[in-house]
Amino acid sequence: MIRIEAVTKRYPDGTVAVDRLSLDIPDRAITVLVGPSGCGKTTTLRMINRMVEPSEGRILIDGVDSRQQPVNTLRRSMGYVIQNAGLFQHRTIVDNIATVPRLLGWGKSKSRDRARELMERVGLDPALAGRYPYQLSGGQQQRVGVARALAADPPVLLMDEPFSAVDPVVRKGLQDELLRLQDELGKTIVFVTHDIDEAVKLGTMVAVLRTGGRLAQYAPPAELLSAPADAFVEDFLGADRGIRRLSFFPSAGLDLLTGPVVRADAGAGEITARDTGGAPWLLVTDADGRPLGWTEPGTLAAGPAGPARLLSYGRPFVAGRDSLRAALDCAVLSPTGWAVAVDEEGRVTGVVSQQAIGDAIRAAHATGRGSDGTPDGTSESVCDPAHGDRTPKAAR
Amino acid sequence: MNGLFDLPSDLQHSYPGLVGLHLREALIPVAAGLLLALPVAQLCVRLRWLYAPVLGLTTVLYAIPSLAFFVVLIDYTGQTETTVMIPLAVYSLVVLVPAIVDGVRSVPQETLDAATGMGLGAVRRYFQVQLPIAAPAIVAGLRVACVSSISLVSVGMLIGNQGALGNMLYTGMTYGRPRLIWLSVISTAVLAVAVDALLVLALRLLTPWMPRGGARPARKAAAR
Repeated sequence: MIRIEAVTKRYPDGTVAVDRLSLDIPDRAITVLVGPSGCGKTTTLRMINRMVEPSEGRILIDGVDSRQQPVNTLRRSMGYVIQNAGLFQHRTIVDNIATVPRLLGWGKSKSRDRARELMERVGLDPALAGRYPYQLSGGQQQRVGVARALAADPPVLLMDEPFSAVDPVVRKGLQDELLRLQDELGKTIVFVTHDIDEAVKLGTMVAVLRTGGRLAQYAPPAELLSAPADAFVEDFLGADRGIRRLSFFPSAGLDLLTGPVVRADAGAGEITARDTGGAPWLLVTDADGRPLGWTEPGTLAAGPAGPARLLSYGRPFVAGRDSLRAALDCAVLSPTGWAVAVDEEGRVTGVVSQQAIGDAIRAAHATGRGSDGTPDGTSESVCDPAHGDRTPKAAR
Repeated sequence: MNGLFDLPSDLQHSYPGLVGLHLREALIPVAAGLLLALPVAQLCVRLRWLYAPVLGLTTVLYAIPSLAFFVVLIDYTGQTETTVMIPLAVYSLVVLVPAIVDGVRSVPQETLDAATGMGLGAVRRYFQVQLPIAAPAIVAGLRVACVSSISLVSVGMLIGNQGALGNMLYTGMTYGRPRLIWLSVISTAVLAVAVDALLVLALRLLTPWMPRGGARPARKAAAR
């Protein structure tokens, strides 16, 4: 465990970047430092690998003061990833990744083998091994940066706004990749960002810092969203924290109606005989049970439903895997106000109204369910999150 | 009738001998200048306040005419090659120090941060990161230094015939032999161009990591 004990960083001109900060950073989890610029988050990160030396206080790594060992030994035991990757432009991708193994005295071919293995791990085409950084896109360079940090298999990974300089689509991909990697590797990751959505998505624990380098709140993201410590944290979380908090509530408890779901080849008699549960719409599916679109019961009775006469069903959510946020988003996007639930194969398992989702949200809030859950999506729509099934790794 | 490359005996050298001598007198000072410039430049990078005075001093030295430099040095080193080479080394220094300082400073801060954060010490950082990335700037400085050095060697003819190809020019003028004059001038120019071309080639081989204009289409595909 990394323990930051009453650490202060004061510069010669009197500026205080970090002010008596204490944090226990749990093992094998992602701890995010987040805050506005000038809050000392990068300084804090750099004090962990002693690129900045604290003015007061100390940092313990597994109970030992970080100043006990030679500084370069310390740094080689911690992967370091920064914005824009900071690759060595004069070295090939494989040699960039092999940097720390080489420093640790591994042989050249062993280091390169390890580097190639990591390229695969982080989703890079091995054909890029002999290329130089300028030949890669920003997203690829950032993957190389992550691979380089992981090369010597350090227990700790320090990441300083690693995904800030890439476009949103690439950033989402990199975030998902990091979560996937973390599931495999279980590193102790300290992650700095100014983006609260990124913090909530990635963090097992989130430390919100305020300007002047003081800790405002240190909590799991769900707790941060449900109980911000003060007005600063609430303001920093943004206006839609209620909606974002829904990411932590599973959709498994929703009452799905199957009555309003009919196959396109169903006969008129079968349709009129159905109990639609009061739904004013019918969802038409194909023979395999995949959704085709919404229609009014009367129209369907008049004859077989062609796709042209159906209303779009928007985007379905995966019942059980996706969160209530995803379900609500689907209902909001649907022209009928009803969300379509599907299984992992895309077959309809039922439909649910905005009203029913609202009831489920109230019920979830009442029982406090999901307070130790995990986020499953991004700031945008979360109908198909890649990590809804991520196991919680909360350390406390 | 003499052959094109036959030289009068008072030059004391064959044509290839003069060319070799010229290259030696021109390039040894540049090499010496580079060896001296590297630590000076590194000092200037580390101690920012030092750069301005060093630049000022070398510029003043550069302003001293080579002939005056030779005359002062004759008292110490006599009418020898050394007397020619010392000023040339000083002139190279003037070109090389700013080139190396700019080159080393052009290394992006994030690259240095990454190097530090991964546990490269100051020495490794210098030799494995800063110097290789500064190579294009250093070679650019070397090109200027070499070409100017090759042209300046000829002035050495004025102090005890230490001008290599310049001696040929002097002999040609003294005895009214246009062939020798032309041969000297053209040979000097060809030498300068050839050395420059070699440096450009060396840079290409040293820096496969530089984006080149007119890259192969295959690289385009890899870029995204």
